[in-house]
Amino acid sequence: MAEQEITLMKGNEAIAHAAIRCGTDGYFGYPITPQSEIIETLAVLKPWETTGMVVLQAESEIASINMIYGGAGAGKRVLTSSSSPGVALMQEGITYMAGAELPGVFINVMRGGPGLGTIQPSQSDYFQATRGGGNGDYNVIVLAPNSVQEMADFVDLAFELAFKYRNPAMILSDGVIGQMMEKIVLPPMKPRRTEEEIMKECPWAAMGKRGGRNPNIITSLELQSEVMEVRNIHLQEKYKQIRENEVRYETRECEDADYIIVSFGSAARIGEKAIELAREQGIKVGLFRPITLWPFPSKEILDLAKGKKGILVSEINAGQMVQDVRLAINGALPVEHFGRLGGIVPDPEEIVEALKEKLIK
Amino acid sequence: MANDIISPENLVYQKPKLMNDTTMHYCPGCSHGVVHKLVAEIIAEMGMEEKTVGVCPVGCSVFAYRYLDIDWEEAPHGRAPAVATGIKRLWQDRLVFTYQGDGDLACIGTAETIHALNRGENITIIFINNAIYGMTGGQMAPTTLIGQKTATCPYGRDPEIHGYPLNITELASHLQGTCYVTRQSVDTVASINKAKKAIRKAFESSMQGKGSSLVEIVATCNSGWKLTPPKANEWMRENMFPEYLKGDLKDTTNL
Ligand SMILES: Cc1ncc(C[n+]2csc(CCOP(=O)(O)OP(=O)(O)O)c2C)c(N)n1
Ligand code: SF4
Repeated sequence: MAEQEITLMKGNEAIAHAAIRCGTDGYFGYPITPQSEIIETLAVLKPWETTGMVVLQAESEIASINMIYGGAGAGKRVLTSSSSPGVALMQEGITYMAGAELPGVFINVMRGGPGLGTIQPSQSDYFQATRGGGNGDYNVIVLAPNSVQEMADFVDLAFELAFKYRNPAMILSDGVIGQMMEKIVLPPMKPRRTEEEIMKECPWAAMGKRGGRNPNIITSLELQSEVMEVRNIHLQEKYKQIRENEVRYETRECEDADYIIVSFGSAARIGEKAIELAREQGIKVGLFRPITLWPFPSKEILDLAKGKKGILVSEINAGQMVQDVRLAINGALPVEHFGRLGGIVPDPEEIVEALKEKLIK
Repeated sequence: MANDIISPENLVYQKPKLMNDTTMHYCPGCSHGVVHKLVAEIIAEMGMEEKTVGVCPVGCSVFAYRYLDIDWEEAPHGRAPAVATGIKRLWQDRLVFTYQGDGDLACIGTAETIHALNRGENITIIFINNAIYGMTGGQMAPTTLIGQKTATCPYGRDPEIHGYPLNITELASHLQGTCYVTRQSVDTVASINKAKKAIRKAFESSMQGKGSSLVEIVATCNSGWKLTPPKANEWMRENMFPEYLKGDLKDTTNL
């Protein structure tokens, strides 16, 4: 077995390394803090000389998402990344990709908003990520890493899921995970697919109708409402399949817990410390961390909550995922929210205080 | 008697091999159909039918994919050059072209157009300039002429209010990434032949990796202009040709 390469790097750098290693064909992006290291690292690593991966700085996020729309439509593994205001610009391309059923991957290293906001970390794009964000009834698979290791691991996972379901997938990270340095094991090298492999894996791709097959047409357009309804029903059935098969989450010290903290991404890292502090004070608290934000682990949270006294949803926003938790719990337990705004990251102590104040009293 | 003359040696023209047997949705007299035929002929003549990806736009030619028997990707309004960039960068041996109207290319998609051309993407942009938004019912386009009446400038385009016509093709000719920039029309047999040569040269340059090509076709939109097809051709010659001068604006393909 090849020796494991353990390296110290930033979350953003990990994404760049992982992208090259998992056989990505192309990265198209536009700089924005706190994620510019992704394209900068790729530029330094020059993967076009080693794996043949294309790296291109686009003129805007609108262009970069459309470049990956083009590349994904042509059967390639394509990636883009941005931060909140840039992802807002990408929504047009994302809804087209969902409508045309294309498997692109995009990364949002979130910062505080609304508008130009701040460059500090935040989780305030949860709604945008999990509700679609663009026009129409659609969903994007959303993975929320909580470590540099997961930043690296989720690139390949996102591609696998995106191709399996022919659906865009998003890695929803934030400035904490993007910027912090941790020890990681880089994923093994996996070659880029050959033309024959792409033809086999993506018989739908518009890459020139080789072999005289019928033309492949990538479009989300359908003017006949009856046909458009059928297309939408097909999409909804696909989303149901994803909901049934792809929910991912993690729990920590939940078995004997009276209270549960539900957090994702960087907030879940802070949550880990919070449950430790609470337990030192004699309060039995566990942590539930959704890894897929869409599909959301609703059933799993409900199952886990049985016999507990209350749930605190701690997010770095004004209260977004808390709505999904409340829907899941459906009134069976008190569900409260704690969050800091505008790029402020909460302290574990604050979370314990909020738990006591809001749920234990 | 009539049947006697239907023989291969008397054949002067036939439906291009790559044109599908589908009724086109274009209005009678519209230039879109003619340009489609040229594109279909050229791809077949180049033997590229299995290696071509067309990028179709938003606008009247939104259904271009129904008419040409090749692979297509439909771009969001204006983004075709970015979509084409993605395809061509990742499949360098493919013939990749976009087919766009003036609203698509010169308005919402100006940034994508200018930057793809300026990067020298090895793609061809076919630009149908009919000085109006056809599909959405005849509103003002960036290329609408001064004084021209449209649904959103019903008293005529007034530069004080609406600004000036945007000559994208002139702009493109100044960009270092372009190798071939030309303006043609398809109103007569002679001009159709010229336009065909131009598109072929553009496609060949794309395949030879010489840089970006832009082929503007000054076109009619008889419905949007509210003119009969013959009158539309007359109006185009009288009003559009002086503003949009035909001919090659840049050709470095032989350098
Ligand atoms: C984002 C977005 N904005 C607006 C539209 C509506 N729209 C469809 S076609 C069009 C104009 C097309 O005009 P042009 O590109 O000149 O093509 P033509 O119809 O004249 O051939 C507009 C504004 C759209 N489809 N998408
Ligand atoms: S509206 Fe104009 S551009 Fe559209 S098909 Fe009719 S004539 Fe052609």
